Order: sequence, then structure tokens, then C-alpha cells
Amino acid sequence: MERRTIFEGWVLPAALVLPQLLLTAFFFLWPAGEAIWSSLIRQDPFGLGSTFVGLENFTDLFADPLYVDSIVRTVVFCAAVSALSMGTALLLAVFADHHIAGRAIYRTLLIWPYAVAPAISAVLWLFILNPQVGLLGRWLNAHGLPWDYTINGGQAMLMVIVASAWKQVSYNFIFFLAGLQSIPRAVAEAARMDGAKGWHRFRTITFPLLAPTTFFLLVVNLVYAAFDTFGTIYALTRGGPGKDTETLVIKVYRDGVVNLDLGSSSAQSVVLMAGVIALTAIQFRFIGRRTNA
Amino acid sequence: MSTSSTPSLTLPRVAAEGIRARPDWLAHIVLALGVLLFALPVWLVVAGSTQESGAITRGELSLMPTLDLSAYPRVLTHGTMGTEPVWHMLLVSGGMALAIAGGKIVISVLSAYAVVFFRFPFRRTAFWLIFITLMLPVEVRIIPTYAVMSDFGLINSFTGLSVPLIASATATLLFRQVFVAIPDELVEAARMDGAGPLRFLRDILIPVSAANIAALFVILFVYGWNQYLWPLLVATDPGLDTIVIGIVKMIGVETQTDWSAVMATAVLALLPPVVVVVLMQRWFVAGLTEGEK
Amino acid sequence: MKRRSLLAGTAAALVVAPAVGRAAEKTKIVWWHAMTAALGDEVNRIVDAFNQGQDAVELTAIYKGQYPDVLTANIAAFRAGQAPHLVQIFEVGTGSMLAAGKATKQVWELVKETGAEIDPKAYIPAVRGYYSLSDGRMASMPFNSSTAVMWYSKDAFRKAGLDPDKPPQTWPEVVAAAKAIKDKNAAPVPMTTSWPTWIQLEQYSALHNLPFASKDDGFEGLDAQLEINSRAHVKHIERLLDMAKEGTFKYAGRDNAPDQLLVSGDAGIHFNSSAARGNMVKSAKYDWGMAYLPYDPEIIKTPLNSIIGGASVWAMTAPGRTPAEYKAAATFLQFLGKPEIDAQWSQGTGYVPVTFAGFELSQKQGYYDKNPGADIAVKQLARGDVTANSKGLRLGRLPEIRNIIQEELEKALQGNQNAQQAMDSAVTRGNKVLRDFEKSAKA
Repeated sequence: MERRTIFEGWVLPAALVLPQLLLTAFFFLWPAGEAIWSSLIRQDPFGLGSTFVGLENFTDLFADPLYVDSIVRTVVFCAAVSALSMGTALLLAVFADHHIAGRAIYRTLLIWPYAVAPAISAVLWLFILNPQVGLLGRWLNAHGLPWDYTINGGQAMLMVIVASAWKQVSYNFIFFLAGLQSIPRAVAEAARMDGAKGWHRFRTITFPLLAPTTFFLLVVNLVYAAFDTFGTIYALTRGGPGKDTETLVIKVYRDGVVNLDLGSSSAQSVVLMAGVIALTAIQFRFIGRRTNA
Repeated sequence: MSTSSTPSLTLPRVAAEGIRARPDWLAHIVLALGVLLFALPVWLVVAGSTQESGAITRGELSLMPTLDLSAYPRVLTHGTMGTEPVWHMLLVSGGMALAIAGGKIVISVLSAYAVVFFRFPFRRTAFWLIFITLMLPVEVRIIPTYAVMSDFGLINSFTGLSVPLIASATATLLFRQVFVAIPDELVEAARMDGAGPLRFLRDILIPVSAANIAALFVILFVYGWNQYLWPLLVATDPGLDTIVIGIVKMIGVETQTDWSAVMATAVLALLPPVVVVVLMQRWFVAGLTEGEK
Repeated sequence: MKRRSLLAGTAAALVVAPAVGRAAEKTKIVWWHAMTAALGDEVNRIVDAFNQGQDAVELTAIYKGQYPDVLTANIAAFRAGQAPHLVQIFEVGTGSMLAAGKATKQVWELVKETGAEIDPKAYIPAVRGYYSLSDGRMASMPFNSSTAVMWYSKDAFRKAGLDPDKPPQTWPEVVAAAKAIKDKNAAPVPMTTSWPTWIQLEQYSALHNLPFASKDDGFEGLDAQLEINSRAHVKHIERLLDMAKEGTFKYAGRDNAPDQLLVSGDAGIHFNSSAARGNMVKSAKYDWGMAYLPYDPEIIKTPLNSIIGGASVWAMTAPGRTPAEYKAAATFLQFLGKPEIDAQWSQGTGYVPVTFAGFELSQKQGYYDKNPGADIAVKQLARGDVTANSKGLRLGRLPEIRNIIQEELEKALQGNQNAQQAMDSAVTRGNKVLRDFEKSAKA
């Protein structure tokens, strides 16, 4: 985040960050502090009594081989979802950036699905994918392609990856599109006049110029895959069959909201938080630095 | 290359036209496939809103809509099954989504501007404090956030509904990415012109970032629009029910569901986000021309 | 009955008046619930009837999301000193609510403090038991309750050459029927089950008088251990696994995920909640029937009662809450138990009546004559004498235990372990959950 040219003074910038910092302090930092505190105690859900247990909630977690498995599963899941949704979105954005007839309609139709209410999309997935009553599920089974995600763990994982990525494509699409539009036209034109051809031009000119957007999206997608895919996975498989699609956030939700095991779910949130912060910090160091140079 | 003459383009493009690498038909095919894949659920919702509820319950949702549009006037004026009328819930959601999207953009632009263009004590700390808030799952924050709002007496108020959702790490990160990518020459030139920090922000930075602001506005509007858990917890007055809560209320658990009403409501719930997308389209193009200055 | 509630209403008004200091003011109380769609409508009907029937109390019913959301909202609100007066909590949350001590005011305490007339004996034992302490004092007010039954497609039975009016009664007969359905290709799915844990293990245990967990299924202490790896349980799971291998049983997902197959008519035999009835009447387009859950005659000659699912209403405490408010809450709970309300609710929703008087009133009104089969659920709940094994489960974090069992079952269905291994592993993992709960409840 270094620039050569900057403005002087600190009163103005302090005033500018203040509103954001205040909201952050009240609605994020304080709750985060509470989460860390409650990961160190054992308490009943209503907060009537509590005992300090130190790191016991954490040692319990890591003593459970099933938990360690789900860390690995979550990493795979996040990588797959991010790659699939960003790749698809970039492809679509590059073509929609093209000056072709009806591109405004294409864009609207591609952004629109993002607005389908989550409560409805869970139902829609069943109408599409359920092996017995889903449109696609039934079609697959009728055509000799056995489709059953309630028992087949591989299919279940594939399904939750595709469904989760699918949901995020519109989001990535719109930012890639905005990024492409922000590329100074002169640069693009110059490249064309240099005779750079399609793929080569994209790789050497467009993509590097998209780097800040790509980096932003990488962070956002990672966070999305880690935290916000809960609804999709829960609606489709609830983490099953067995534990085949159970990512960390599913367990956080189940332990925290359904089982009211606040100590353990706070500990899991802290682990999850630490993991994602570490990952993004690494990205900032290696990718972020290069894109900002 | 007959379709490329978008009026807003100012650069002469003659030279570039000859070296087009991608043919139009390829773009059309890719985009059409994308639309097919990503707009399918929207289509299913539209089709479902015209079909008999019982058929949908049985899993016989057809891809073919009928001409029966009676569900629309019904939900708009009366709601269904004990909800508020849909138009009322649309208003609440619209107000909430606008407040959240507008608020997020304003405070994020300001804080990102401060972080990128100024040097002040604890600048990095401030950025990271804001940034790590991305990493905190909502479930963990709910109980402490509720307590804060309750201390402020904001439970069951429109302020309580929207303010906690305004703090935004995502938006701050995006603007930081956009701002660091702005060429130093531009900043230098502005300073030569004698532009102060606030004029620079208003006259250069915001216009240059228009495409990204538009993209972000769309995403944040939809984000606010689709909020569920927080409005559910914080509002106890049915008059504050959002459209998403309305939809969830209509979907029966262990009971029959008026699916055509649910789908019609979902279609109506899609319209405001679509209006936003369409309006913002103009800004994508505006951002493009500004970028050429 | 009507006069009694009028009297109670007047009594409430008398108590309220001095406490609030303004005689004209009604005591306002709130009730958070999880009832959607048609169920939400029925809730509003009850609330309107209550508010119009007396002048002392004004009750507002508020939808707070699905069961887990309501529980979370309730906890968040309690911690902020803003708990609702009344809250609907699903049956598997009962363990957590009982451990909540001063956060709740149990029904017996309310009755003692306010003199409300709520007689536990009026409630069907299998319903009341689930929400009572082991000495019989009621902790929460039974509300929407259902049990599991066997749904079957009469169309599929005809096609398979089975008698559609004589559904199988025992498990061997069920196995034979499913085989016939498969052989004649009478239904795409010969047999399936919703709520695998609730129906195939919890209900199975109750019916056959087998302990699901030690300490009387947890009623006698937090140190209960799961006992579902007994020979009888394992044999039942083995049977399901064998049927899955033959293609006569189709596993279709956890909890209520398989529900879709019930309405669509894809399944010949479908074990599911009795509460699906309302939906079936309205939407199903095939000839369906309801029957008692099957049993294994080699384990028990006459099966015991089944157990309930659903939710109950809890009274919550909050700082500064007045006796008048508790009184108002008690007045409403008493109103909920009136036979005409109970009957109206069960007829309107498909849940079972929770009081004997409500059931009898429905009978008298001719509801069960007009809706043959609708009384099977309540008859199954009310048959015989409730034993320590058929009272229900009193286990903390039961949702997690259910989930663990489903996971182990799925691993067995995938062929990764046999029935004994699955149940052993479920017991080991489930006991760990129980010990964690025990520790947190004592914190």
C-alpha cells in the first residue's frame, strides 16, 4: 500500500477513517473479542454460569481426527470454488466486454441470478438436482447415469462445489467487467495496434491490468467459500453423506446455533478466522505486493 | 465489425477495427451458454409463479410457464398466509438495501482514500482492523451485536436494522485496490493544478472509480436486499419484515406451501435489484469514458 | 370450560390492574414462534381468539425464523435482558432449556405463582412426559406435536398385488411388501424413511421398550450413555442395510430431506411424521394411506406407544418482568390447553391433539369419521402404558447426536462399515457429546 505521491496531514485522514473504525469497533472488534473470550471458557448458552478452561476447547478440537480431516476438506473446497467461479466469471466478462449486439442484455441476465433470494435458491437446487424429483437429477438417472448425492460422497462434493461456485459467478463477473472497463482504452488500443493477438494480448496486457481486481476477488472468494457457503451446503447435503461435504463452517453452525456448544463453536470460529487471515496475509505479501508495485 | 459504434466512445477506433481477434459469433455462443446456465433458476421461479402450488409441491415443476398470473395481484395487495402485503415488504427491503449500500460505499471510499493517499499514525493498523472483520462468521457475532444494539435501544428500529451492516471490509478492500492502481501521474497532475485532497477525491478519484462504484453498488444493494438473519433477530414488529423474511415465512415446514405465491413474491423481489443493475449499466460505460481522460 | 376461562380472565384483570396502575391498560406480552405458511395462519387464529376472548391481556405472536433461529434469537434476547414472555422451542432443544435454570419459568412454577389452572393429567402422557421433569412436574407447555407413522401408497400396493387396506404391521411384513413392490416395479422407490434417527432408532426403541440411552433415556441424570449398539438395534440397522443392498430400501437423505418423495408418490412405503397430513390432503395426487409403525414380534408382542416430535412453549424470565406479565403468560398457556383450541389447532394443521379432551372433542365433532386415518397418530401415542423407555428422550445436544447417527448410518450405506461398527461408533461419538454437555450444564 505504498504510493509515492501522498497528501500531507493526519487530521483529515483520521476523520475520514473514523466512521468506518467506529462501526468496526462496535460491530466486529467487540464481538470478535467476545468470541475469543468465549473460546476460553465453558458456559451454558444462556450465560448464567461459566468456567475458565484455558485452551481446552482448542485441544479438544485438534484431538479429534475428524476435525483435522475437515480442515483439509475445507481447503480443497475453498480452492475449487474460488478457481471455478473466478475462471468462469473471467471468461464471461472478457466476452461481455466485447462490443457486440445485446451486450447490455447479456450483462443484466448474468448479474441478475445473484439477486435470487437465498431462501428460494435452496429450494430451486432441490428442484434441479434431487435424484428423484429434480429436473436434472431425474434426467441423469433415466439416462443410465446413476446420480445419488445422498450416498455417493464424490458426487455430493462435486455438487456442493459447483453450486457454491455457481452462486458466486455473478459477483465475480460484475467486478471483472468493471475492471475491464476501467482499463484505459488507450492501452488496449495500443496493444491492438501492436498486433498482439487474442490470447497473447489477454495474457500479457489485460490480465496484468486486472491484477488488483483479481486480487480483491481472490480474497473475497476465499472468504465466501469459507464462510458463506453454509446455506448452500446445508440445504443440499447437510454435510453428508458421512462427513464428505462437511466444511468447517457447517460444523461452526451446527455446534453454535443448533447444539449451543458456544465454547467449541467460538474456538472453531477463532481457528477459522486465524486460518483465513493467515491465508490472506500471505496473499498480500506475495500477490498483493506485486500487483501494487 | 458493424456493431461496435457505441456512441459514448470518443477515441477513433478505425485502426483497431481491422485487428479484431475474436469473432462475434464466439462471444455470442459463450455468453448465451452463460446466460442459459446462470439464468435457469430465474426462469424456474418465473415459470413456478404461474403453476399450480400442488404440482410444485409434488416436484412437478415444469419449465414451461402458463398464462396464469393471478398470484401476482394476490401477493402484492394481500400477501399470503399471515405476511404483510408484498409491496410493504418491498419498501422495507428497498429502504434497508439502499441505506446499507449507500452507507457502505460512502464510509468505505472515505476510509480507503485515507489509507491509500495519506500517511498517518496507525494507518496499517487501521486498515488491518477493518480488513479482518471480513473473517468473522455472522453466527459468532450475533449475540454480542444484539447486546450492543439493545444497549443503544435500537432493537426493533430501522436504524438497528441497517447500521450494523454498514461497516464493510469488502468495500474498503475494493477501493483500496482501485486506488492503489491509479497512476501516480494522475495524482501529480492534480496536485500541479492545485487540487486539495477533497477536491482530488471529488473531481478525480470518484469519477475514475465510477465503474467499480457502480459494480459495488449493485453487489451491496443485493447484499442488503438478501439479509435474513439479522433483520429477523433485530426486528420484532411485523411492519419491519423484509421481503426475504416474508418469503421464508411463506415456505411451509411440515405444512402445505402456497408455492405459486412464494414464486411470485420471489419474482417481485427480483425486480428492484434488476432495476439497480439496469440503472448502473450506464455507469459502467461512463466509467469507461472517464478512464480515457 | 368457557366460563372457567372467563373467570380466569377476570382474575387476571384484577391482578393486572394494581400492578400496572392503570386499570384500562392491558398487559402486553409477546410470543415468539417458528410456524410458517398455513401453520402461521393457524397461530394467528389462536391468538386472535385469545385476544378477543378477554380484556386483560394482549398477546402478539411473532415469527422468529425456523426452530434453530428462534432458539438463537431467544438466547440473544435473554442475554440482553429482552427475552420474550413466551417462546416456542423444538423438542430436541428441551435438554438445553431445562439446563437454562433461571432463564426460564417452568410451567409448574408459573402455576404455583399465578394460580393458573393447568392440570398435567389432562395431557396425553407421551406428550406431557417429553416436557416434564422426571417427578411429573411440567416444564413447558406441549404445543405442536406429531409422531411418526407409516405412509404407504395404495396404488403401489395394488400394483404389487398387496391388499391396500391391510398395510403391513410387523417389520417382516414390511420387508415382504417392499420386495413385492420392487419385484412388480410398483413404485420407483419401494421404501424410504424421513428422519432416519428419529424414526428408525428413537421410535424403534420406544415401540420395543428398548433403552435409547441409560438413566431412563436421560431423564434420571445428565450422565446418561447411549445404548443403541444393543443387539436389537444393530439387527434393525442390518435389516435396513440389507434392504438397501437389494434395492428395496432407498436412503434419501437426512432429517426431512426425503419429504419430497412422500407428496410426489414415488415411494411405496414412506416412514414420516404424521404432521405431513395437511400437505398430503392438499397436494398428493395418489391414493395414500397412514398406518401404525411396524414392530418386531420377536422382541415385543404388543408394541408400546411411539414418542413425539414437534415443539413446546416455554415461559422466559427477564429483569423487571412483573407478576402481571407472568400471570398473563400463564393465562395464555392455559388457553392453549382448552379442548376447543386444541381440537381446532390439530384439525387445522395435522398435528395431534395434545389433550385427551381435545381428542375427544374432535371425535365428537366427527373429524376422524370424515378423515379416516387421521386418528392413527394419536392412538399410537396414547396406547398402553408409558414406560421409562417410551417417555421420550432427555438428552442434551440431541440434534448433534442425531446427526452423528446419520453420518455413521451413511458410512455404513456406502459400504465402509457394517451395522455393528456404525452403531458402536455412533455410541462412542455420541457419548462424547453427552459428556461435553454435562460439563457445560454444570459450568
